[in-house]
Amino acid sequence: MINKVGRDIPEEVLKATHKEVFQGTFAKQGTEYKTASHKSTVVVDPKHSKVVASIEEVLKKCGIKNGMTLGFHHHFREGDFVVNMVMKAVHDMGIRDITICASSLGKAHDPIVPYIEDGTITGIESSGVRGKIGEAISAGKLKKLAIMRSHGGRVRAIESGETHIDISFIGAPTCDDYGNCRAVGGKSDCGVLSYAMVDAQYADKVVAVTDTLVPFPNIPASISMVNVDYVVVVDAIGDPNKIATGAAKPTTDMRKLLMAKYTTEFLVHTPYYKDGFSYQTGAGGASLASTAILADYLRKDNIHIGLGLGGVTKAMCDLQDEGLVEKIVDCQDFDLGGIEGIKNHPDKHIEISTSEYADPFNKGSYVNKLDFVILASLEIDTHFNCNVVTGSDGVITGAQGGHPDTAAGAKCAIVIAPLLQGRIPAICTDVTTVTTPGETVDVVVTDYGIAINPKRQDLIEAMKGVDLPFYTIEELRDKAYAMVGKPDPVQFGDRVVGIIESRDGTVMDVVRQVKKYEFKD
Amino acid sequence: MELKKAAMAGTVESSDAQITVEPGTKGIELVIESSVIHQYGRQIKAVVLDTLKKLQVANAKVTVVDKGALDCTLKARVEGAVFRSINNDPDTPNPWEVL
Amino acid sequence: MVCTNPNLHRLRRSMMFLNAQKPSLIKDPYIYKPDSIMLDLEDAVAENQKDAARYSLYQALKTVDYHGCERVVRINGLETTHWQEDIRVCVAGGADSIRISKTESAEDVKRVEAAIIAAEKEFHKENAQTLIMAAIESTKGIMHVYDICNASDRLFGVALSGGDYTKDLQTVISKSGVELMGARQQMVIAARATGKMCFDTVYTDLDDMEGFVESVKMIKAMGFDGKSIINPRQILPTHQVFTPTEKEIRYAEQVVTEIDTKKAQGIGVFTINGKMLDIAFYDGAKRTLALAKAAGVYKGDL
Repeated sequence: MINKVGRDIPEEVLKATHKEVFQGTFAKQGTEYKTASHKSTVVVDPKHSKVVASIEEVLKKCGIKNGMTLGFHHHFREGDFVVNMVMKAVHDMGIRDITICASSLGKAHDPIVPYIEDGTITGIESSGVRGKIGEAISAGKLKKLAIMRSHGGRVRAIESGETHIDISFIGAPTCDDYGNCRAVGGKSDCGVLSYAMVDAQYADKVVAVTDTLVPFPNIPASISMVNVDYVVVVDAIGDPNKIATGAAKPTTDMRKLLMAKYTTEFLVHTPYYKDGFSYQTGAGGASLASTAILADYLRKDNIHIGLGLGGVTKAMCDLQDEGLVEKIVDCQDFDLGGIEGIKNHPDKHIEISTSEYADPFNKGSYVNKLDFVILASLEIDTHFNCNVVTGSDGVITGAQGGHPDTAAGAKCAIVIAPLLQGRIPAICTDVTTVTTPGETVDVVVTDYGIAINPKRQDLIEAMKGVDLPFYTIEELRDKAYAMVGKPDPVQFGDRVVGIIESRDGTVMDVVRQVKKYEFKD
Repeated sequence: MELKKAAMAGTVESSDAQITVEPGTKGIELVIESSVIHQYGRQIKAVVLDTLKKLQVANAKVTVVDKGALDCTLKARVEGAVFRSINNDPDTPNPWEVL
Repeated sequence: MVCTNPNLHRLRRSMMFLNAQKPSLIKDPYIYKPDSIMLDLEDAVAENQKDAARYSLYQALKTVDYHGCERVVRINGLETTHWQEDIRVCVAGGADSIRISKTESAEDVKRVEAAIIAAEKEFHKENAQTLIMAAIESTKGIMHVYDICNASDRLFGVALSGGDYTKDLQTVISKSGVELMGARQQMVIAARATGKMCFDTVYTDLDDMEGFVESVKMIKAMGFDGKSIINPRQILPTHQVFTPTEKEIRYAEQVVTEIDTKKAQGIGVFTINGKMLDIAFYDGAKRTLALAKAAGVYKGDL
């Protein structure tokens, strides 16, 4: 069946997932639904201890069985040890047919690929699957369909009961013996535990995994003891060097600086650039450079960012220290500066849950209040659809993250991409895989020029007389094709290995198994 | 033109292509490996065959290891390899107007 | 032989060096908007890759749209076996200009000019009028720079290559640039005496943008027309220094208007804001407006 972005979703996929096809970003506005319920366990006897000696023991206590769904967060990014530790224990106990429901999986989790191959893991639900896991899924090694969701979409799936987490493992930089978890004060701080909050509320069993046991009470707690069954103390929950890096050095790449210049110039000429606006940006070089140039404008125009949202980096925190950003709400820290910020300004830099950040099914999340979001994308097509998940070889390599969430909510969603990545045009006629629908993408900024979505006549009006290189999206694509030649589409096999789930649970697109290229004479 | 010996031009750096030619007897035997094989495999093959045709090379074993080279670079690397195979002196005057 | 190439005195505030052998660099350098691009067949290319570089150069010249940037090719030295074939590929490919390295005498320029003319005939491009520039890299070259400038009508200018020159002087490059003073002065004087352009050497410390801008301001004050660039980061600051400011343009307009108007009325006395204006300033004012127009910051018709 063809969905609203023109992608044909096979009937078997709709049957297997019990899902509908995507019908529009705001199709579910006003819908009523019942939230999921979950099992809980009574802890009333004060002599009961939650502390368990090992992962293996806690798995037994939680009643680990074949076919369960295990939940994980990715606040430790490429420095995470928790997923691998738990899955090794699961595997060594002979348990099989596990579904991992992670907020994201990365290269740090390459070691679980053998467990996919041998059937220990048969399902994966994640924002993204970088590295060898992505390759394994694209090669058809995962038994069930991989489900890729945005951050907001994961919360929706859990809250609505579509995904039920049997056991949630929450890596906690500090934890007390009763399960109060915090993301600062330990050996491997990550700043916030936003992704894990929905798991703590909806999983049947919740296990805190920490390497730093602290005296009770560990408050203010990001995850409250009332939701935690067990606490396991291990040697290390992650590698601090890979969890929070030093702040990225400002880029000197002329192309990124050019795109940053275009982006900021555009932004300040929109009607949303006024005192108190809300702003979110990624952590890429061009995005950070944009923020730096924007700061100059803020100083000159005496305008303040009322709310910074993110995805927080030192750059945003520094602006807050300077008085150019009033409040920051934080659902992920990318660097040490971000973590310092949340430690030092608990009054105006606060931790929020992923639900508050981007859940499309609650009564209103922060992304809906965004004025600007600056995003990147692997591919953008002439309908303004974005692909942030499949690479140029058809292999799943990226993550939806908050891309569709912020694009849907922001008044002005700006996507930055260099026109060419090597020989591959980033602007093409049809993206390989649709992850973010074009109706939510307002502006595309490349090193060769800027394209405004024709649906935004108001922005086109606002840019009259502004000295920037504006083109239609087709013109940008044609520029690219003129330089590198028109690309053929990636050749895929027939079998569907994964689905791109829209924020509201419908099917945006499918990902098929990769195939070796065949010359057709 | 008849190739005289095995020769190579280009590198495996990004945006380049490494092309190796060897004398052959069974027409053009072409093997292509590319980092953008899906998108441009067909075009790479066409450009390489076309360039060999322009150079009037009818028999050769050709290997292409491509890292996203544009057509102009592919042509240059094929020409480089072919002329290296034919000439001993790298400063031999070339028939530029044919290329 | 008079050169009729309309690009003889085109805008050349920045000349960016590019390795012709690196495909990732030559495909869209115009995006950084330098006035001239210098594709290098000489120092940037390894000895055993000189032939391969020529094919890359040829295909690039024929296929890549450089959007108005001048395409200068630096050929190998006249003491090598490569330079003649280099000239053939430049002409066949349609390069705009050829840069001679280590120019030491008028004879060097004449040899290159002869080879260019022969190649233009061979490839049926008699109207190409390929231009020439000479790089001065030695003390001998500096001593002969006046003759070098006069050696050919196709020669549009001379450029200083500070690194090699300083070695020849048996001293080192310093922040003050005192070791280059003599060479710079000699070049500017010779260039102006012969109606040619002159370009200053590269600035290699990419982390010191302040020092770079200071050096560009200094050479502009000395009379240079442009600067050699090794990184796109250096282009915008260079153009900012070499492009006439709003104030300079307004003043130049006033000068030209005043002198044109008064002359038309048969008056030989010119004033601006009550002060006397010497007619000698007319040419400079015209040059300022021409430079401003070429740089795209002046849209008037003076």
